[in-house]
Amino acid sequence: MKPFRSLKMAAMAAAVGLAGMTAAAAETTKLTMYYPVAVGGPLTKIVDGLVADFEAENPDIDVEAIYAGNYNDARIKALAALQSGEPAQLSVMFSIDIYDLIEQDAIVAFDDIVETDEERAWLASFYPALMENGQTLGKTWGIPFQRSTIVMYYNKDMFRAAGLDPDNPPATWDELLTASKALTDADKGQYGLMIPSTGYPYWMFGALTMQNGQVLMNGDGNETYFDKPAVVEALTFWHALGAEHKVMPEGTIEWGTLRQNFLEGKTAMMWHSTGNLTAVKKNASFDFGVAMLPAREQRGTPTGGGNFYIFKQTSEEERRAAMKLIRFMTSPERAAQWSIETGYIGISQASYDTQALKDYVVEFPPAKVARDQLEFATAELSTYQTGRVRKLLDDAIQAALTGQKTPEEALGEAQSQADRLLKPYRQGG
Amino acid sequence: MTPRMANVYGWLLLMPAAILLIAFTHWPTVATLISSVYSPGTPVRPARFIGLDNYRLLVDDPVFIQAALNNLWFAIGTVVPSIALAILMAIWVNENIPGRGLLRLAYFTPTILPMVAAANIWLFFYTPDIGLIDQVLALFGSSGRNWLGDPDLVLPSLIVMTIWKEAGFFMIFYLAALQSIPPELREAAMLEGASRWSFFWKVTFPLLMPTTLFVLVNALLNSFKLVDHLFILTKGGPNNASNLLLYYIYETAFSFFDTSYAATITMVLLVLLALLALAKFWLFEKRVHYQ
Repeated sequence: MKPFRSLKMAAMAAAVGLAGMTAAAAETTKLTMYYPVAVGGPLTKIVDGLVADFEAENPDIDVEAIYAGNYNDARIKALAALQSGEPAQLSVMFSIDIYDLIEQDAIVAFDDIVETDEERAWLASFYPALMENGQTLGKTWGIPFQRSTIVMYYNKDMFRAAGLDPDNPPATWDELLTASKALTDADKGQYGLMIPSTGYPYWMFGALTMQNGQVLMNGDGNETYFDKPAVVEALTFWHALGAEHKVMPEGTIEWGTLRQNFLEGKTAMMWHSTGNLTAVKKNASFDFGVAMLPAREQRGTPTGGGNFYIFKQTSEEERRAAMKLIRFMTSPERAAQWSIETGYIGISQASYDTQALKDYVVEFPPAKVARDQLEFATAELSTYQTGRVRKLLDDAIQAALTGQKTPEEALGEAQSQADRLLKPYRQGG
Repeated sequence: MTPRMANVYGWLLLMPAAILLIAFTHWPTVATLISSVYSPGTPVRPARFIGLDNYRLLVDDPVFIQAALNNLWFAIGTVVPSIALAILMAIWVNENIPGRGLLRLAYFTPTILPMVAAANIWLFFYTPDIGLIDQVLALFGSSGRNWLGDPDLVLPSLIVMTIWKEAGFFMIFYLAALQSIPPELREAAMLEGASRWSFFWKVTFPLLMPTTLFVLVNALLNSFKLVDHLFILTKGGPNNASNLLLYYIYETAFSFFDTSYAATITMVLLVLLALLALAKFWLFEKRVHYQ
């Protein structure tokens, strides 16, 4: 009877095991995710659509995606939820929030979550330039999602009227200045170039300094290079465009109304986020082009936008489920769809290899410029105490552009104050 | 009812208001004070007692000093003109003129608009060259100005918008006050041969004093509380030329994550507003002409 008995036992064990498995399958994992929208357009609908597709594929995971305002609001809400004991498991937040989130001990590194080689390969599948803002302390904390760069929009009709080649936009600072002079018509109140200097002055400035061969901070986020000669030179150039060459309005230029200025022909060229591409495409009554930013030492632009983060206060299952969701959202097909519908960059080479994005790039070539420019892209300004450090630089830029201080003075002061803020984060500091 | 019962009864009546006041006004004030003497806590670096360090920091913080000065100019610049304008508009729409209802509505419209909506409209008004203001000025041959991008112009620009936004609201109070002034006074003054100006200055204006006190308190408080427009128009720039105390508190708390320094500035603002309120009540108790 012994074999029979053991068989019976085995059957019972199998039954129990099966019951346990079905129970686990029926149990859904609930995920809460905050996400910001920084540019106009029906982005919430697109995100909701992606989430619905994911839930259809993964019935055991229940995702609640909550639109949380702009980047600042999203961070405040996610951190508030964390403190209230009803935390989100993952969120899309500003890529430059990384040091603050680490300082708050809020997030977990993806290196500590990935298990298989296949997952490690996924972690390495994104454009390196987009990973810079998500990596520090030797680990990856943020996965690129809604990412942009700065590009130069230019009015081809105005180029033709000024006798310039509309298919050959300026590629160096010298050419930029020459073209701007040709395009400026003071009597008509028409300028050659506008670079916005409110809202995110440090972002535009990051492009100018990169082009001049100098980044603004180190990879550990505890050192800034605001007073380096190349940085001062970049700000001097920006200031001179308005004050000396008169090809740009003097004082600061408003981020929010710049697109309108461009659409109304008040400026022949503007530097702006790729996030504006769809809006300009829809509203421009003239022939416009999109070009990479020009070079001095080299071409350059900072990246911008939001990354996925996974929070520390999560269970093992929640982390696995969050990984599934993030992998779904960053898969080549979804990334391609997201890029086409929003204008954000496809985050991996694989997404540009999809048929959908290949076709789109042929049909609408400007969509390719941002991607091609990634080769010259660097991280957006991000340090410990990032809000304060960023404001120091913003204030210095605006002080110089409005003529309150010289570029050397303004940047020197900003650097010494940034040094004071960042000292505690340096080794032995 | 025994005196003891009356006591209990009295306290019970007070309770709802007292609970609300303590929970939402007094306790937060105390909590703010406490948090201003501690360093901001993060999981990595727990909060510790730092005494008056934050208050010493205030004196050395050029942005705080500039925001405070800006706020002072903003208060002076908005309060006096918007009260004067409110009285003028009230007297105008109090007259028996055709289309009076429409005119009153027109003056009141800016008040109905949310500040954020109004700021968005004015953002385009102030846009150099293509904005409404520059286009109108261009008719008179004046070239475009960078209203919000010039440190000397940005605060006056905000003041003008705020006056536009606030005056209509104050007008309503003056209108009500004007209508409660007995018409006999005017008839008597006319019989005496008083000019319109001396009637206004000797009779109407003194009778409006209680309203003026009320409006003055509100306008001053508002000038420290209004901050919505900064989010849209300038974000405190360029280089803090339009930064105001409340916006700086917001930046410190939510952009810099320095809640304890934000609490410190909040304490300063609270003390300032409390002093203002006290001074005004004391001063006007003697001067205001109540009938």
